Amino acid sequence: MSAAASPPPPGQRMYHGHGTPAKTEGRLARLFLIGAALTFWALFLLAPLVIVFGSALSEGIEVYLAALADPETLSAIRLTLLASAIAVPVNLLFGLSVAWLISKYDFTGKSLLITLIDLPFSVSPVIVGLMFVLLFGARGWFAPLLEALDTHVIFAVPGIVLATLFITAPLIAREVLAVMQAQGDSEEEAALTMGASGWTIFRRITLPKVKWGVIYGVILCNARAMGEFGGVSVVSGHIRGETNTLPLHVEVLYNEYQFAAAFAVASLLAFLALLTLVLKQFVEWRAHKKLHALSMQDVPAPLSLPPTPGVSS
Amino acid sequence: MLSRRGVLPGFGLSLGYTLLYLGLMVLLPLSALAYRAAGLGFGEFFRIATEHRALLAYELSFGISLLAALTNAAFGLLLAWVLVRYTFPGRKLVDAMIDLPFALPTAVAGIALTALYAPTGFLGEPLARLGIQVAYTPLGIFMALVFTGIPFVVRTVQPVLEELDASVEEAAAILGATRLQTFTRVILPGLVPAALTGFALAFARGVGEYGSVVFISGNMPLKTEIAPLLIVTKLEGYDYAGATVIACVMLGVSFLSLLAINLIQRRLVRPL
Repeated sequence: MSAAASPPPPGQRMYHGHGTPAKTEGRLARLFLIGAALTFWALFLLAPLVIVFGSALSEGIEVYLAALADPETLSAIRLTLLASAIAVPVNLLFGLSVAWLISKYDFTGKSLLITLIDLPFSVSPVIVGLMFVLLFGARGWFAPLLEALDTHVIFAVPGIVLATLFITAPLIAREVLAVMQAQGDSEEEAALTMGASGWTIFRRITLPKVKWGVIYGVILCNARAMGEFGGVSVVSGHIRGETNTLPLHVEVLYNEYQFAAAFAVASLLAFLALLTLVLKQFVEWRAHKKLHALSMQDVPAPLSLPPTPGVSS
Repeated sequence: MLSRRGVLPGFGLSLGYTLLYLGLMVLLPLSALAYRAAGLGFGEFFRIATEHRALLAYELSFGISLLAALTNAAFGLLLAWVLVRYTFPGRKLVDAMIDLPFALPTAVAGIALTALYAPTGFLGEPLARLGIQVAYTPLGIFMALVFTGIPFVVRTVQPVLEELDASVEEAAAILGATRLQTFTRVILPGLVPAALTGFALAFARGVGEYGSVVFISGNMPLKTEIAPLLIVTKLEGYDYAGATVIACVMLGVSFLSLLAINLIQRRLVRPL
């Protein structure tokens, strides 16, 4: 899959229907196409979002607030924040390392490595959970070791963190790599000839250059880490107040027919999703502006908007 | 095996860290799966892999993912076209919301779609009066997979459509092509590789999808039980061998289909 360019500034290369009729569609055809696209959009994207907030408030604001203030909800919020607070920095470190390695050097096996980095995208989250059960479960490879240490991974917090780490591994790496590759490394090489150490070059030159790619990746990684469901569901064991993340808590409430409460908790996650979309737009806009200000020539847009397969699951 | 080029320092460190992390986080879990599967022996693997219930689950997962990805290809092209070529009020909002399925946790999408399409739901009720039941049927699974797959085709086709050379379309028009001819003969061929990439991604995602499907599918064995759910069911019954086999089959078919799409794409791109 190729890194795609980010959208051009609005208004650029827009077709307004002047010129000869055959160069664009007729007015009626255009209205029909826009209508069809918007109907699909409203049915599939808008309606689910409206339903979440509508159902959350369906039994009144008191029920809504009570669901959010419930100790089990608070414990789920804590666990979700913990999983994300571990997954984001760890994957950031991994992402920076991957991006530096792939954008700065040529070596045999590089394309194989890139495939490996994208691999977690093509593994079903449920299978991710299963793999960790096979490693750390009661009859897993590491069961004797865990027993000796008197600790648990599966049906416990470490398993949730591990599954989240696996599933979110490629997200930051991809974004930072795309930006680092687009920026080139002539400044870094210049700094090297002037005697800067590798660490200084990375901190003072590379990191500021790829800043928006890093932020973009962190936003995507955080959204996915907080929203992960399938993989976490398999390893969590659904122990209430202990190993339920927010999405798992939504499931528990829903299965107990506490619909208003389930949607209330879900509305937190939906709000997080909206916030993610807003931040994403902001970063795309900033990165675009920065790039245009930086260079006169036609530089490839840094922020790839490739479909990041499954920011949420 | 590793011949490096590049003058900047840090090769050893970044290579070492990357390989260590990938090895521990990705390859070790995958090898645990492969090892467990290999331990079963071919006969036992084949027997579990071809159980009636498993076959129905693959059929459901792969079949509906295929239909949903095809739907995504069609509507993804339409959305990308409308977003790139036309201006209308709210265009930026529509564009930004395309990524919602990436950002919205799947469990939330799952319960929202179920509420929407349940027989008493906002859309489910009028549909039920027409005799169409969506929730707790394969149609519900289809709806959930269409939702999760929307961004893939739009986001792969959009940049290509933006880069298309307008002069080619003008040339076609001047040479007397109707607009429809220009679209099908001039524009569409340029979009097919990108649309195919988006289709493949949507398909792969749909096959593995769990969170948005389990609520709306009703999870009836042999009827609306998708393959990822079968894995979960087997795990809950401590049937690790069964879960491993289904997982291997799913991974295998997913990789093969991505490989096939890659090959088709090379064929499509070459003559251009």
